[in-house]
Amino acid sequence: MQATESMRAIEPKGGLGVAIAATVRRDLILMLRRRSEVLNPLVFFALVITLFPLGISPDPELLASIAPGLLWVAALLATLLSLDSLFRADFDDGCLEQLLLAPQPLPAMVLAKVAVHWLLTGLPLALMAPVLGLMLALPAGSYLMLALSLALGSASLSLIGAIGAALTVGLSRGGVLLSLLVLPLYIPVLIFGAGAVQAAILGDGGAAHLAILGALLATALMLAPWAIAAALRISING
Amino acid sequence: MWAFIHKLGSPKWFYDISERLQPWFWAAAAMLILVGSVWGLAFAPADYQQGNSFRIIYVHVPAAFLAQSIFVGMALAAVVFMVWKIKVADMAAAVMAPLGAAMTFIALFSGAVWGLPTWGTWWMWDARLTSMLILLFLYFGVIALRGAFASRDSGSRAASVLAMVGVVNIPIIKYSVDWWYTLHQPASFTITSRPSMPAEMWWPLLLMVLGFYSFFIALTLMRTRSEILRRESNKRWVRDLAREEG
Repeated sequence: MQATESMRAIEPKGGLGVAIAATVRRDLILMLRRRSEVLNPLVFFALVITLFPLGISPDPELLASIAPGLLWVAALLATLLSLDSLFRADFDDGCLEQLLLAPQPLPAMVLAKVAVHWLLTGLPLALMAPVLGLMLALPAGSYLMLALSLALGSASLSLIGAIGAALTVGLSRGGVLLSLLVLPLYIPVLIFGAGAVQAAILGDGGAAHLAILGALLATALMLAPWAIAAALRISING
Repeated sequence: MWAFIHKLGSPKWFYDISERLQPWFWAAAAMLILVGSVWGLAFAPADYQQGNSFRIIYVHVPAAFLAQSIFVGMALAAVVFMVWKIKVADMAAAVMAPLGAAMTFIALFSGAVWGLPTWGTWWMWDARLTSMLILLFLYFGVIALRGAFASRDSGSRAASVLAMVGVVNIPIIKYSVDWWYTLHQPASFTITSRPSMPAEMWWPLLLMVLGFYSFFIALTLMRTRSEILRRESNKRWVRDLAREEG
């Protein structure tokens, strides 16, 4: 009885919900203090898109036909670029160990971290994509679908990428390995994401593609947090 | 049942039992592949559309089967290792990965060679081909991740997690030809249903598939044995063994 009393004294009021809210708040504050890390993927996204008209051809018709794929691939690479910093700072200063030691379940906590990552990487990329689409002469009527598919798809990208980031966070040169681990798993999301925009251009709405993106996200939400948690334990304890 | 599994988890017991099993699998592999390839290459009738080029099937299909089976096998071994901490399972997973990558490469390469006379091109971005290429990269990822860790135990566990995550790709490969209508024909060979090809073409293919599987089992046993010797080299029974052998 005595033991359970003292255990209860350590447990914060509200339990899991409070812990998740605190993690989200903390990560948001930390990320917003390091603005360059938030802006980097966006700048990268814009720069890569700028390269294509220069490298391929400035012909609007040609660009319009490849724009959905280009935008999606560039956004995917921008997400990949941001993954390494997902757990890196917390790993370096020891916060990650505290997270592992916390009484709250680790999968829920990493889910909060991944949610912040999506909020500051995936969502801005999705909001920025229509502007870049304009520059690539993306046909009218597909802009909303571009933003929607990226917003939905990048959540899956953040979840899947976090598994790779967690596996490589303990390695000093995890960067190249991270892309080798994560890119093959990104391909289904890319296919259906770019497919949604293509379908919107062709005029059949792309709702089916969005539904599949949603299904991918649901599956990733269900399975990825456990894989991320397991991977973090390996990286920390190993 | 549990006693059996626990015994299987002991490296020494596995080393001894695999020594007895190994020759049988090697013999089966040699016989099946020899008979299957001679029958398939020399005696099976030529295809009425593709002529003799269809004979690549006798390498292509078994290699593609193995490429996918080995990944599933690797993931199962990873689960066994992660759940029950059975070290032999991890050793088996470690030696399976390069073999699986090699089989994937053989399947892709033989497919490319076969594609030239039949489709008129080496490579098409078709669902089955692309997903096999992804499988190859997944194998590379598992191999690279295992090697990237300074401590072998962390590398083992990280590679196990990746193998378990990567296995979601296997159903995508398996059903890619059914979900998307593409250039690659749907599976022409299944164990369960009636063959869609004449029996004299089908039988050698069955022998080749079984032969490849026996080869895989034999090679995995052999390489797991050497992996056991390497990792357990400071155990007494391995030292005794080394002294006996001289």
